[in-house]
Amino acid sequence: MSLPRSRRVLPGFTPTLLWTLIWLTAVVLLPLSAVFLKASSLNAAAFADAAFSPRVLASYRLSFGASLIAASINTVFGVILAWNLVRYDFPGKRAVDALVDLPFALPTAVAGIALSALYSPNGWIGGLLAPFGIKVAFTPLGVLVALIFIGLPFVVRTVQPILEDFDTEYEEAAASLGAGRLATARHVILPALMPAVATGFAMAFARAVGEYGSVIFIAGNIPKVSEITPLLIITKLEQYDYAGATAIAAVMLVVSFILLLIINLLQARVAARGSRHA
Amino acid sequence: MSIRISSIHKQFGTFTALDSVTLDFPRGELVALLGPSGCGKTTLLRIIAGLETADSGEVFLDGREASNSSVRERQVGFVFQHYALFRHMTVFENVAFGLRMKPRAERPSDSDIRRRVHELLDLVQLDWLAERYPAQLSGGQRQRIALARALAVEPQVLLLDEPFGALDAKVRKELRRWLRRLHDDLHISSIFVTHDQEEALEVADRIVVMNHGKVEQQGTPEEVYSHPASPFVYHFLGSVNFFHGRVEGNALQVGDTDLGPNDSEELNAGDHFVACSRPHELELVPADSASAGLLVKVSRLFRFGALARLELDGQGEQAGQIYEAEVPLTSVDALALQEGSLVRIRAGALRVFPAAAPDEVLATNPVAPVSVAPGPGLASAVNA
Repeated sequence: MSLPRSRRVLPGFTPTLLWTLIWLTAVVLLPLSAVFLKASSLNAAAFADAAFSPRVLASYRLSFGASLIAASINTVFGVILAWNLVRYDFPGKRAVDALVDLPFALPTAVAGIALSALYSPNGWIGGLLAPFGIKVAFTPLGVLVALIFIGLPFVVRTVQPILEDFDTEYEEAAASLGAGRLATARHVILPALMPAVATGFAMAFARAVGEYGSVIFIAGNIPKVSEITPLLIITKLEQYDYAGATAIAAVMLVVSFILLLIINLLQARVAARGSRHA
Repeated sequence: MSIRISSIHKQFGTFTALDSVTLDFPRGELVALLGPSGCGKTTLLRIIAGLETADSGEVFLDGREASNSSVRERQVGFVFQHYALFRHMTVFENVAFGLRMKPRAERPSDSDIRRRVHELLDLVQLDWLAERYPAQLSGGQRQRIALARALAVEPQVLLLDEPFGALDAKVRKELRRWLRRLHDDLHISSIFVTHDQEEALEVADRIVVMNHGKVEQQGTPEEVYSHPASPFVYHFLGSVNFFHGRVEGNALQVGDTDLGPNDSEELNAGDHFVACSRPHELELVPADSASAGLLVKVSRLFRFGALARLELDGQGEQAGQIYEAEVPLTSVDALALQEGSLVRIRAGALRVFPAAAPDEVLATNPVAPVSVAPGPGLASAVNA
């Protein structure tokens, strides 16, 4: 290497960097590039036909739209949950804490079956909502419910440790300067949590975009209404339309990557404000 | 604002942090709450601020009962030991915070806020740091910004919790002189908590010495240093030698040595006592002199300038006791003392206190009397 040699305090920069690159290439980049390679076997017209037909476009809207909404809802309630778990002691707190991780651990198909049983018009909750004309199962709303379910742990688990480290001195300082509880939350606590909240949002969103198992049962998969993009990919695969499936996958990858990049950039800006060093 | 606290009691589980403490803080004074870790001084400060509630007792601010008002209503400025500056705000925004939080009707205009913040930053001599973030400041700078932030809301009283506790020795010294000058300019009633006796003596108008949740003594620095009310205060404010013994007849008897006549009205024949004397109050007399004096052996001898400081080991019944003496070099030379020599000590001035039992904690001299107050290394230890 032609870089000027500088002594590093921590050894192992070169081997760990090498390993990071090899690992990322083998595990992430190779499979992803295969998607683009396969998709490139289509000519432009065929690609557009596979990836931008009205049915597929409707599925993008649902997948990305529902994922963004679900991640936003999870962000709000995840912060409240984390706050409650960190700040208060109540009987059964450990159990509640463990419960949060359940959507991580549950096979997604199990979650999907359980949710559709609950929310179908003759299910417990679906039966209660039906008289008001609210249908959850087999509608986009059902997709949203499933995505909220599987994304719940992300925000809680990213915000929790930050909140645990947050010294009550800051709140006391705000109170002694005349700030009420709401103003303190808005101007002192939330800004400190923002980087973690943004990370949790990004993770919940990414998970929701890629979710398949829990959604397809409750969604009903009505074309142009409650059909998510991953399902369309599977459908095309089942029809041996591999190139068509990868075309959709390629679009999804690019959009996901761009969205995550934007979220990460925003998060980095928020984080930099708090910890700028001279 | 004058502050009066009346029989405040505070319990943490089985630990009594404050045991019916009653104190008066007159308007405009700079008062130090001084005591070792866990003596309740920080708890008392937090109760005055309204950050903690007492189990019983009252807090009066300007004569008005304030026990039930919140920290927001009390008009106190509180400076935290670790500054508690908001990390995501610039120095300017930190100082402006209190002004921006005022109810809309009282809130100054943006240009007024800007003017006021720059005034305060000028006051703490850090206007040039306005656009920096707290992470970019040194400890001393952060402390001054925290002070400016607390002053922004024009508090009636300023409360400082170990304000210089987390700073290194040199910065501490500078900052406490600066705080003293600031107080002389602003005349705002201030209370600061410290475990550093030197800091309290140098800065405060008045010192309240606390121990085990009780007030041991209060007074001007001169009063508490020169006339300590208890062996604890003696011990906490500077170096001291303890002699423990019994009153026999009318004599203060330490072992078989007569320290002098008992002139204390609290002590009767047969009572145990602890007698206190500062190192510079001890006199040296020859070991073979017939006149009374406690026989000791010189274990270490330092000469500095015209003075000598001696570490002395008790002999016989007093074995294990260490005494410290500061005497003119001439008296060391006159006796031709070296390390290992025997000599007798006599106390030129002696304060005598009744003692419960001879093995009371304070009855043993600390090994190194100079280190009675925790040094800067311990300064960041949290005070319960």
